[in-house]
Amino acid sequence: MDAIKVQNLSVGYEDRTVAEQISFSLNMGDYLCIIGENGSGKSTLLKTLLQLQEPLGGEIIYGSDIRRNELGYLPQQTDIQRDFPASVREVVLSGCLSRCRWRPFYNRDEKARAADNLARMGMGDFSDRCYRELSGGQQQRVLLARALCAADQVLFLDEPVTGLDPSATEDMYEIIRQLNAEGLTIIMVSHDVAASLEDASHVLYMGERVFFGTKDEYLNREKAQALSGNGGDDV
Amino acid sequence: MIDQLIMYLQHSFVVYALIVGVLIALCSALLGVTLVLKRFSFIGDGLSHVAFGAMAIASVLKMTNQMILTLPITILCAVLLLRTGQKTRVKGDAALAMISVGALAFGYMILNVFSTSSNLSGDVCSTLFGSTSILTLTKLDVAMCIILSLIVILLFVLMYHKIFAVTFDEDFARAGGMRTDMYNLILAVVIAVVIVVAMSLVGALLISALVVFPALSAMRLFRSFRGVTICSAIISVACALLGIIISILAGTPVGSTIVAVDAAAFGLCCAYDRISGGSRI
Repeated sequence: MDAIKVQNLSVGYEDRTVAEQISFSLNMGDYLCIIGENGSGKSTLLKTLLQLQEPLGGEIIYGSDIRRNELGYLPQQTDIQRDFPASVREVVLSGCLSRCRWRPFYNRDEKARAADNLARMGMGDFSDRCYRELSGGQQQRVLLARALCAADQVLFLDEPVTGLDPSATEDMYEIIRQLNAEGLTIIMVSHDVAASLEDASHVLYMGERVFFGTKDEYLNREKAQALSGNGGDDV
Repeated sequence: MIDQLIMYLQHSFVVYALIVGVLIALCSALLGVTLVLKRFSFIGDGLSHVAFGAMAIASVLKMTNQMILTLPITILCAVLLLRTGQKTRVKGDAALAMISVGALAFGYMILNVFSTSSNLSGDVCSTLFGSTSILTLTKLDVAMCIILSLIVILLFVLMYHKIFAVTFDEDFARAGGMRTDMYNLILAVVIAVVIVVAMSLVGALLISALVVFPALSAMRLFRSFRGVTICSAIISVACALLGIIISILAGTPVGSTIVAVDAAAFGLCCAYDRISGGSRI
């Protein structure tokens, strides 16, 4: 069952192409890790997949049973959030907003959904705490709970372990592994290559030449390059 | 002193001033929280200058209801400013400085050239600082103010959760399919409305104080969005009431008295935050 299929996609901003000729396809339940140098267009690609940005060319086709408001997103934190007065409950509930459509207030189901997801992230006791006073790892869990409120099927993660200490990082990967095991399709941007490759089923390498394949294919390619000693982009 | 106050309250202009003052304080405080958090507090300042320029044109044209002209011009500028502010922060900043100073200079110039008033500097001063205008409100002014304020408050309540989402994390909201552009546009229009209405209370130069102070005070006391919003509204209304009453009893200018009370409240909240150091929701 196709989750997402990307054909010959170019991403970038109005007058500047950041990356092009990106093609890949994922099935439901796959775990894609997007890696590459800084500035290679990883985050831009993620935003384009989420339709936050217009693609400059090519096509993105979502599986027929995925609706736009079922894409969960864990963005990188912004400056605004660092000193934003908000309780954990308020942040998580905002993940249910796309379910409200024109209804101005949350209903009981949505409140329960938010509480469930918070508990699922092991943060059930924190719902009355202030978001900005939590540790980095706890904040990421809260944002993940928010993403889960929106997502039933696909989860997009943008550098989820940036700024976390080693044990919080390990926790985060464990949570993502768990979610993937429960059937969610994961698409993660990361520069922590070694750790993120452990769990991934597929790899998209962004560079001069874009590579897409299963994890094994990627590792074999790496090995072949190491042996031939040129380290270049020849496949 | 109480007797004196009761005596004043029997005059309709004092009651009008209190009604208008409370409504404006409420609206500006509700929006202020979002503006401050979105780093848009400067927009209130810029728009008030624009409103001053528009008002100068209206008074030269001898329009009886100046709002008919000032409201659309200010709304237009608010929309333009929020647009540029989103794409690149620096450009938006410079655009704002240009528009606001330009409008101020232009307004003063045409008032000088075309005005037939014998007391020009008095007129300008009261437009900028709202010295006495709130005590000369007509029934029509009050009715307009009540209607516009109720619309603003209703919109805010209905859009409360959406406003939170757009303010906290615009990208996430958009990824969920929310039309954030539309909400930003509505926000811009509402800000412009509040500023034009508020101009009659505190004058063009002091409006941003009504927007910024209560929100910042409330953020010292509360740590949740709802707590901050409600507290900001309460602080703002209380300060406006106190300010108007003081200004009537002591004969000080209304606008600057309200702002002074707001500033004092901010000082108290800071002190309380420093002393208690706790975290309340």
